[in-house]
Order: sequence, then C-alpha cells, then structure tokens
Amino acid sequence: MAGAYKRAIRDILDNRFLNAVTVITIALSILIVSAFALLFINVNDLMHSWRDSLRVMVYLKSDVAVAELSDVEQKIRLMPNIKAVHFVSKEDALAQLKSQMPGQASLFQNLKENPLPDAFEIRVQPDADVNQKITYLVGELKRFPWVEQIEYGQRWLGKFTNIFNLFRISGYAAGCLFLMAAVFIVANTIRLVIYARRDEVEIMRLVGAADNFIKAPFYVEGVIQGALGGFIGLAVCLGLFFFISSKMDQGLTAEILQVRFLPVWVWLAVWFASITVGWLGCFISLKQYLKN
Amino acid sequence: MENEAKNSIIRLFHVSKRYGTKNALLDVTLDVYKNEFLFISGPSGAGKSTLLKLLFLGETVTEGQILVDGMNLSRISRSRVPFLRRRIGIVFQDYKLIPTKSVYENVALVLEAAGVKRRIVTKKVKSVLRTVGMEDRIDSLPPSLSGGEQQRVAVARAVVGDPMIILADEPTGSLDAESARIILDLLKAFHERDTTVIVATHDTQLIRKEGARTIYLDQGQLQTPTIS
Repeated sequence: MAGAYKRAIRDILDNRFLNAVTVITIALSILIVSAFALLFINVNDLMHSWRDSLRVMVYLKSDVAVAELSDVEQKIRLMPNIKAVHFVSKEDALAQLKSQMPGQASLFQNLKENPLPDAFEIRVQPDADVNQKITYLVGELKRFPWVEQIEYGQRWLGKFTNIFNLFRISGYAAGCLFLMAAVFIVANTIRLVIYARRDEVEIMRLVGAADNFIKAPFYVEGVIQGALGGFIGLAVCLGLFFFISSKMDQGLTAEILQVRFLPVWVWLAVWFASITVGWLGCFISLKQYLKN
Repeated sequence: MENEAKNSIIRLFHVSKRYGTKNALLDVTLDVYKNEFLFISGPSGAGKSTLLKLLFLGETVTEGQILVDGMNLSRISRSRVPFLRRRIGIVFQDYKLIPTKSVYENVALVLEAAGVKRRIVTKKVKSVLRTVGMEDRIDSLPPSLSGGEQQRVAVARAVVGDPMIILADEPTGSLDAESARIILDLLKAFHERDTTVIVATHDTQLIRKEGARTIYLDQGQLQTPTIS
C-alpha cells in the first residue's frame, strides 16, 4: 500500500495540470453542494423558529362572561395539537399596547373605555404540517359562538414552506448533478492518466502484476483528488460564510436570523461524498480500461 | 512418451492461431524440456513471436492446447494469469522498459508486483544488476542507456523473480555483435541455473554458434525434422 501511495503521489506530480483541473472541479462541485446545504440548514432553522413562534389569536365577543372564560379555555385545551393556551385580558392587551407605543400616550388618555377584546393566545405543536393543523384548529374554533375573530398573521408561511420544499428538491437534484459531473470528470482524468501510462500498465501486466496492484495507485490518486477537492470546497464555503455572516451581523438580521455553519456531521458527510466522488470516478474508468 | 511428458515443462498440442483468415500458427505440436535451451528460428512473419506470446498468454490459441508447467492455458482464469507470468521471465527485442522509472525500479517492479518484502527486493535487485553488469547504472533512466545496456536491464528484470522459464523474443535483434554476445552469455548463465530458456531469433549465425536444439517455423508451420 505504501508503494501504491508513492506511485500515486508521483503520478499526481507528473500530471499536475490534469490533477489540478480535477481537484478544482471537485472543489467547485463541493462548494455548490455545501452552499446549498448551508442555505437549507439556515432556512430550516429560521422556519423552525417561525413555527415555534406561530400563534393563533382568538378574540372573544364582548358578551362572554368572566365566569365562562375558564370553560372556554378548557375547551380550547382539549383540542388536538395544542401546545399552550394563554388568556390575554383586554386590560393586559391595552397595557401591552401602551408599552409598545410610548409616544402615543395622549391617544390612550382620550379613550373612554377599553376598545380591545379579551383574547386567547394559542400556540400549536411545531412540526412539519403545522399549517394544516392551524387551518383545522381555526375551522374548529370558528364554530364556537363566543369567537368574534381569529387571527394568525403567518398565513404566508404555508406558501413559503411549499416554495422552500420545491427549492430544497431542486437543490438536492442540482447537487446530485454536480457530483455526477464531478464523478465523470474524475473518471476522464484517470482515463487520460491511464492512457498516458498505457505502455507502463502493459509492461506491469507482462511482468505478472495483478489487476489490484495496477489499480491501487489510481484509486489512491482518485481518493486524494476527492479529499483535496472536498477540503478546498468546504474551506472556500467556510470562508464565504464568515465573510457574508460578518456583513450580516452589522444589520438587523442578526436578531432575526442566527446563521450557523454546517454542523460537523454534515461537513464530514460532504467530505466523505467528495472522497467517494474521487473513488467512483476511478472505479468507472478502471473498470472500462482493465476489462479490455 | 510418458517419460517425455514427465520431462516437459511446455507442451503444445495441435496449436493453431489465426488472425482473421491468416494463419499465424498452424497445427504446432511441440515439447520443451525442463532446463532446455531452445531456439525458435524462421524468417520474419513465420510465427516465432506469436508462439512465444501464446506461452505467456499475450495471445490465446484459436485451436489446440498448451500446458505450461502442468497448467492448461486454455482453462486458466484471468485472475491466475499474473501467477503464470511470474513463472516466466520475458525479454523483448524492444526491451519494454518503463522510461520514467530508474533501472532499479524497472527490475524491482517484478518483485513488488509479486508482493515480495522491500528488504528482499533491494537485495535481489542489486544482486541481479551486479550479475548483468549494470550495478553502477542503478539510478539511471532507460533512455540514458545504450541498447545493449537496456537489454541487460531487461534480462535482469526477466530473471529477478527466479522464473522457471525465460522467453526471449529476438533479444539480440537490435544490438551490435558485442552486445548480442553479452546478452546471449547472460541467458546461457541463467540457463545453467536450471532455467528453461527459449530464444526466438532469425539469426542463423547465432544458432550455429550455440549448437542448441532449434525448431524452425515457416508460415506458421513447424518444419521437420527439428535439428539438435
């Protein structure tokens, strides 16, 4: 194996340009794949945080008696997929409004009576089909006579989820296509190297070298190309991530969006995929060449 | 007959080789004995090289059977071919050395391919290069050597694995008289170490000088009688 490693290093040095092109191609593919992964992970985080903060406001009719409120709350709690129910009295709502609009104190002073209704703030279990659950919940709540109005401001989230899912599928498809292209480019490089060394391969066979002995350095070469390309792709992705996130930190986005780099298992998986690309490219070209 | 079979290391039974409609070899039956020095002679295109190629499975027979050290070459699997070739050392007219590898690496390749330990490889390669007189050119690349020197390296590569058989296809064809003599002397020296040597050549002068058994091929057919 040490011999195969030595021969592979020598091959790489002898065919620097060809190998550099292959490594760059793999690096670009890995950069694109990891950029997609980075985007998905962060958008996913964002959607999770939105889902967590997703709430349904149920405004009650003014004629609902205080004594009935606990009964109403109990009915809501018994509905499926409810995470939390919180009663917001009209007094609390007004106090909250005042605290949110400190510059409009005079406006509130002129109020003769509290115009806000009592309300229940409902949080739903956050998961993938949260929108369906909310739609169902709203449908159920509307049947109650004490309900004046129901509000859930993030109706658009459903549409966004669908668009994101479509985008995710397209991303996976594009990533796979890039990786496949990288596999064929590696296969082509190895084929060119074998072609350049066909006399040597032939001589090896004549002196009794088994196929595995001949193949080993090519596999090492493919794996080195994959590992190096993957490393460069991930490093560039990390560099771009830090560059972009440092720009974002200066804006308001930092509070809304906590961006993070790929978790360790993802970048290890991407690096492993890159090594597999190198190995697979080698496998394809050697299979074709040595069967002749 | 039984005794003949016992002493034969190579046996050909009605072997024919066709390329398209052209017969390169036609119905050749032949025994090569253990530790024999055999010349295969004949004009260019007579089938000498084809015969040698069939012995190391560089080509496969169209008809007939070949046994090499008890192995039936028609039945040998692809994965066993390297093992056959490790029992045979081959010397080509055009040397077939790897130009980008040093003399040492070219010779060591045979042992490395057979999985021999590095320490033993170094020892054996140096020893055999000393025998062929190329010890001082161990780090040279083949293109920097003369034809005679390259052929000596090729002989060293052929014998380093201690093969049972050496096949030499026109080993002196591209060499001057002095280099040719050195190569032939080396082949004879290895033959004396219990190796069967088969030399294909059209150099009748060389054959006459050596006086070993010679078979003649003409248009792919063995000419009788064989001369001893």
